[in-house]
Amino acid sequence: MLEIIDLTKKYKNLTAVDALNLTIADGEFFGLLGPNGAGKTTTVRMISTLTPKTSGDIVIGGESIDRNLISIKAKIGVVPQQNNLENEMSAWENLEVHGMLYKMPKEKRRQKIDEMLEFTELTERRDDLTKNFSGGMKRKLMIARALLHEPELLLLDEPTVGLDAAARRKMWDLLKRLKSKGLTVLLTTHYIEEAEILCDRVGLIDKGKLLRLDAPANLIEEVGKVTVEYFADGETHEEFFPTREKANEYAGSLEGDVRIRPSNLEDVFLKFTNRRVES
Amino acid sequence: MSGLYGILWQEFVVFKRKFVATSISFLISPVLYLVAFGWGLGSGVEIGGVSYMAYIIPGIIGMSTMMTSFNNTANTINISRIFYKTFEDYMISPINMTVYALGKIISGAFYGIYSATLIIIMVSIFTNDLVITPYFIVIALLNCFVFSALGFLIGLLVNSHSDMAKFTSFVITPMSFLCGTFFPIDKMPEVLKWIIYLLPLTHTNLALRTTGESSQQMALHAGILVAYLVVLFVLGARHCKTVE
Repeated sequence: MLEIIDLTKKYKNLTAVDALNLTIADGEFFGLLGPNGAGKTTTVRMISTLTPKTSGDIVIGGESIDRNLISIKAKIGVVPQQNNLENEMSAWENLEVHGMLYKMPKEKRRQKIDEMLEFTELTERRDDLTKNFSGGMKRKLMIARALLHEPELLLLDEPTVGLDAAARRKMWDLLKRLKSKGLTVLLTTHYIEEAEILCDRVGLIDKGKLLRLDAPANLIEEVGKVTVEYFADGETHEEFFPTREKANEYAGSLEGDVRIRPSNLEDVFLKFTNRRVES
Repeated sequence: MSGLYGILWQEFVVFKRKFVATSISFLISPVLYLVAFGWGLGSGVEIGGVSYMAYIIPGIIGMSTMMTSFNNTANTINISRIFYKTFEDYMISPINMTVYALGKIISGAFYGIYSATLIIIMVSIFTNDLVITPYFIVIALLNCFVFSALGFLIGLLVNSHSDMAKFTSFVITPMSFLCGTFFPIDKMPEVLKWIIYLLPLTHTNLALRTTGESSQQMALHAGILVAYLVVLFVLGARHCKTVE
C-alpha cells in the first residue's frame, strides 16, 4: 500500500506539489490525471526517491522513505517519461544490468528476463541494441525492466506520451495485462482515454493540488453523465446533465451547432478547473 | 558486490562494443605528441643527460592517462545525467551511491590504464628508452584513479556540456602543459613553480621519471596522489547522494 501524507515540493517561487494526500490500496491501478505542469512528474519523482520532498511523508508497505531508503527502492519499479535505457546495449543486456543492480541471484535473474521479454513481446529482439528500437519498443522494455525485480509498486510516468496511436493502443493492451496480474500501479497521464480505460480510481491534479479523487464513472456521474456541447459567441461551451432527456430538452432550446455526447474525464476536469487536461 | 559488478559489467560491455574506435582514439594524441615533440622539435635535445624522447615518454603517459581517465568518467557521468538520463536509473536502484561512485571511478581508471598500456606497447616497438618498474606502475595506476575521481566529481557538479569543455580548457589543458610533461618545472618562475607543485599531475610526472630522487621524495609523490584520490572520492560520493 502507498500512503502519501501532506506531500509538498517547493522550488524558489513555485509550489510544484501542494500538501498532497493520497492512499493507494494493494492491487489498485491508480491514475493521476492533469495537464502538463500539474505536478504529476514531481510527485512520481518524489516517490521514486529521485527528488527530495520539501515536507510530508511517503509510506510504502509500512516503511517511510525518510528512514528506509534502500529497502524502499527495492520495492519500487519506475518507468520514467524519458527513455533512459543504455543505447549501446541490447535489450537483454539492459535487463541483465538492472537485475544485478537489484541484487537478483543469477538463475532467478535469467529466468525473469526471459519472462519479462515474453510479457512485453520483445523476445525476438532480445539481442538487438536498444538504439535501434522504436519509441514503443523502448517504452515496453522500460516496463520490462521496471517489473524485473518484482516490485510491490509500479510507477508509470506518462507511459504513452510521444507514441503514435497504434503504439499507444498496444501499450494499453500491455498495461491491461499488467492490471490483470494485480500489481499496485500509480500511473500519471494527461490522456483522458488512458485514465478511463485503465484506472480503478483517478485523482485529478492541477497546480500541485489534488482536486477530486474517485472512480472514473463516479467522477463523471458527479458532473453529469451527458454533455451538451454548443458553439456560441465565438467559442465552444459545455453544459452537463444527469440524463439524456434533460440534455435533449436543453439542446432543443439552443440554436446552431449543438452536439450531445457522453461526458468524459476531460469534462470533469473542465468543470472543476475551467481548463482542459489535453490542452 | 552484485551492484558493483553490475556497474563494471555494463561499462565492459560498452567498451567491448566500441573496442576498435576507442583503441585508435586513445593512440592519436600520444602519437602526435611523440612525433611533433619527440622526433620533431626534440631531436638532438637532451634534458638531465637523457634524450628528449626518453624524457617526454613518461610525461606523455602521465598526460594521456590523466586526460583519458578524466574525460571518460566526466563525460559519461555528465551526459548520463543531463542527456541520456541513465544516471537516474542508478539513483532509483537499491545500490549505495558510494558503490556507484566506486564503480564509475574504477571504470574510468580502466580506460586510463588501457590507454597507458597501448602507449607503452607502441613506444616499446620504437625505443628502449622507457623503463617500467613496479613504482612506475603504481604511480600510473594512482594517476588514473585520481583523475577518474576528479572526472566523477566534475561530471556531477557541472550542469551543461559547454561548461564541461570550459573546465577542460581552464584546468586539464593547462595542467597537461605546465606540470612537467614536456619540460622540467624548474624552468618556471618561482611563484608559478609552487602552484604547479601542488597539482597532482606534477607529482605523477616527477614520479614516473624518478631520476635521482630519494625514497622519501618518491613516497611523497605517491602520498600526495593518494591524498588527492581520497579527497576527490569522498567529495564525489557525498555529492552523488544529494544530486537531483
